[in-house]
Order: sequence, then structure tokens, then C-alpha cells
Amino acid sequence: MYVAVKGGEQAIANAHRWLADRRRGDRDRPELEVAQIGDQLRLAVDRVMSEASLYDPELAALAFKQASGDLTEAVFLLRAYRTTLPRLAVSEPLDTASMRIERRISATYKDIPGGQILGPTYDYTHRLLDFLQLAGAEVPPAETRDDVTDAEACPQILALLNDEGLVEQEIDDGSEPADITRDPPDYPMDRAARLQMLARGDEGYLLALGYSTQRGYGRNHPFAGEIRLGQVEVEIHVAEWDETICVGEIALSECQMINQFGGSREAAPQFTRGYGLAFGHNERKTMAMALVDRALRAEELGEPIIGPAQQAEFVLAHADSVDAAGFVSHLKLPHYVDFQSELDLLRRLRREHARNSSPELGESLDRPSTEEETSARKLGQGKHDQESGVHGL
Amino acid sequence: MSHTSRNARQRLLALSSRQHIEARWGALGALLGDFPPHRCVRGPETGMAMLKGRTGGTGNAFHLGEMTLTRASVALEDGTLGHGWVRGRDHRHAELIALADAVAQHPEWQQTLETQLLAPLAAELAERQRRDVATAAATRVDFFTLVRGE
Repeated sequence: MYVAVKGGEQAIANAHRWLADRRRGDRDRPELEVAQIGDQLRLAVDRVMSEASLYDPELAALAFKQASGDLTEAVFLLRAYRTTLPRLAVSEPLDTASMRIERRISATYKDIPGGQILGPTYDYTHRLLDFLQLAGAEVPPAETRDDVTDAEACPQILALLNDEGLVEQEIDDGSEPADITRDPPDYPMDRAARLQMLARGDEGYLLALGYSTQRGYGRNHPFAGEIRLGQVEVEIHVAEWDETICVGEIALSECQMINQFGGSREAAPQFTRGYGLAFGHNERKTMAMALVDRALRAEELGEPIIGPAQQAEFVLAHADSVDAAGFVSHLKLPHYVDFQSELDLLRRLRREHARNSSPELGESLDRPSTEEETSARKLGQGKHDQESGVHGL
Repeated sequence: MSHTSRNARQRLLALSSRQHIEARWGALGALLGDFPPHRCVRGPETGMAMLKGRTGGTGNAFHLGEMTLTRASVALEDGTLGHGWVRGRDHRHAELIALADAVAQHPEWQQTLETQLLAPLAAELAERQRRDVATAAATRVDFFTLVRGE
């Protein structure tokens, strides 16, 4: 039996009105502008763009405002908006080597062409609360070195190791990458599809998995070979001119992790690599992504699979915060009928239990047939499988 | 540097802010004399571009994620077509790029476009990028070694 339940429209409308009121806050203070969020909370904006998999700082700031600062909700809002837009183009692969560098560091070489550039970093801050910000103190402008007018070339540091053959090289074999937004993910998944899923993966989740490899659950001995943040120009090919043109630039973060050796009878030992790339300034995310990318190469590199971070289907199927939050949150929706059937089942099981432990009492109760009980269980199990399938995409 | 190539002009206008372009556009109209009216023949319309990265920066391509992209095509009254594309959702920005593309196809307007719009925008872009370089350079680490003993 299915009973449709209606009602609650007024309650829902009023709840949303209260939400909007809460979001607006004290009317004696000026309302937060979307432009202020884009300007002053830009790391939150970058995280929303990265996990929503849509680069648009203004819309990400709007989502952040609309979600009252709930990042996961903001990611959901922007991801949902994404589905309303047609795809007009596919870019040429972004050339991170030609990035206009804002930050570029290496933990493996001290003296590198182009130098170690710290950029606007929280590293080396003392993590002491700054009460001057509470008091609204004036902030001096950034220091500049005006004798430097041209950026010194910053070659990819791993290319330096390549000269000696000490590190594996990433060479384009021309293969067309899968697109998980068009074709449902299928396991085992190649590295290109894995990187696409990791790039939109939840930062906290990837951070925990990356951390787990460092603590021994699939250790891969990483070094931060190079981390760079900055602006990269986006190029698309346009049919109108049959040319590749620049349509603007975006901020990107990139992490090249160097990991301990692989090698075989045929190939001499070499450093192996993990890779992280994300929209905006998302350094922690790219480091975690690079650790997990490397961990997921365990099978390819002939390593024993002993940690959760090395299990592709487990890692990738649970990395998306929109999927995860959606399936967890749906538990809040009315399950009145489902729960009623569970209650019925439980009462029958208890009657059976009572009869088995005390036959006199049991005989006085209605015993459900074994078949009925089994089919009730199957029904419950089937329902859950179906739900996973729907939300898993 | 000349921005007469379509490609270089498209890049410069896409990297310049719409406000900067508009600020110079009014003066440009006056200089061009019979500044041509135009109509949009496609868009402006906003969609997305799927962005590709490369594994390890140099290896196989993978899909990183999408970005918003706006395109426009305009026609002058004599039928000259111009096209423009720009990251983001700014319809006016894409339309201005397309209009500049159409105008640039008329030899008699090229010089004015170059001196009144493209050259100043190129200077602004260069100045912005120079400032970014100088700011980043101030955070470059100068290592020094402490010498102990004799």
C-alpha cells in the first residue's frame, strides 16, 4: 500500500523565510555584498569552484552567500547551476609551465631557476589570532620589488630531474580522456578519469586519505617536488576562424609530488609521481590529490594494496561531496511507510523469538510464514540497492 | 606591439576588463566618425568550456572541470561579421570583442582602433602584469649561508 501524504507548504514557506532572515542578520549592519565575498573570502570561493567543478568566481561567491557560508551547500548550488548551461567548447590542455607565477616552491631543491617564491601564503604565520583585525586596523598594501620587471622563467622542476632520467616522465600519448560528466564512471578507471574525479573531490576527504598514506596505510614516501599557484591562459579552438584563441585566464594550483622508486628488470629505478591540479588557490587540496593520485597507481606500479587510499572504487565512489551529502541528507526526508514496514517486520521477528524461547507463549501468537519473512527482508535490501544506484551518479 | 592579428586582438580584449574597454570605446566611436551601428547575429550567449589539464603538467590530457564562457557574433550594416569570446558571463564584454573584430576588418579604421583602443589596453595589461611580477618578486626567498668558524 502506498499512501501519498501532502501538507506542510505553509510551514516550508515560513521556514525558508526565516532562513533568509537569519542569513540577512542584523539589519543595522550593511548587507554582505557578493563582490566583497569574492574579494575578501577568496579561498572559500576557490574551494567552492573547485568542488563544484565550475570556474566562475562571482557565481561561487553568490553560492557561498546564499548558503550562509556552508561550503558543501554552496558547492551543491553551483553544481546544480552548472547543469543549466550548454557546453560551448572544450579547451586545449592548460599549459601550467607558462603560468604567471604568484607562488612557486620546491621542497626538493633549494636553488631552482626562477627561485622560491612564497606568494600570499599562510605558511610561516604564527597561527595567533590577530586582534587588530577585530579592531578593523588599516592594512598596508603588498610590498613590491620594482627593480624586477620581467618574470624569470620558472621551468617545471621535475623537468630538471628528467635530464638524468631519475624521475618518470609524463608523456602525452595523444589518448582522448574520458569525461565522467558524460559517461558514467566505470571501474577499473584509467588515470585521466581518476584525476577528473579527484579534482572535484571533497578536500577534507582527500586530505584524510592522503594523510592515511603518510601514516602507513599505503605509504608512498612523498616529497613536494613543486607547488605553483598563478594565472594560466585558457585557449579554445574556434571553428569560425579555424584557430586556437585565448578567451581569458584562470587561477590554478598545481602540485607535483615525487615519490619513492619504481623499477623493474627492464626499467632502472626511478622516482614515481603523483599529480594534483585545482581551480583557484587550493594548495592543500592539490597536495592531498597528488598523494591520493599516487596511491591509486599502486596496481599499475605493482605495489601491494593494503590501504583504503589505494582502493580506486572505494576512494572515487565516495569523493564527491554532492553525492555524499545528497545520500546522507535524504535520510531526513519522510520515510514513514518504510519505517512502518520495518516495525511490522521487527514485531514478527520478536514474536518468533518469544515462541522459540518460550513455546507455550509462542503458540498463542500468530506465526508468520518463513517465506513471508524472507521476502520482506529481500524487499528491504532491494530498496537500498536501488537508492544507492540512483544517488551514486 | 601591434594587435592587428585577429588572434592577438581577441587575446588582449579577453584579458582586459570590460570596464577598461568601455572607458575607451566612447572616444573611439567619436573618432571613427560614422561609427557603424551593428546587430548581434548570434548571442551574446553564455555556456561553458570544459577545461583540460595534463597529467603531471606534460602527460595525457584529463578533464579538470568547466568554466563559464560567453560568445557573441555581430554584423555591421555592410554585412561584415565579427566574433568574440570571453571567460565568464559578461554579454557586453563578448559583444565589444566581436564588434572590435568587425571594425578591424575595415582598413580605414584599423589605425584608429590600434592607437585608441588596443595600444592603451595593451599598456594597461602590461602594467598590471608587471605589478604582479614585482609583488611576487618581493616574496622570493634569498637564501644565505651562515659561515661558522674561520
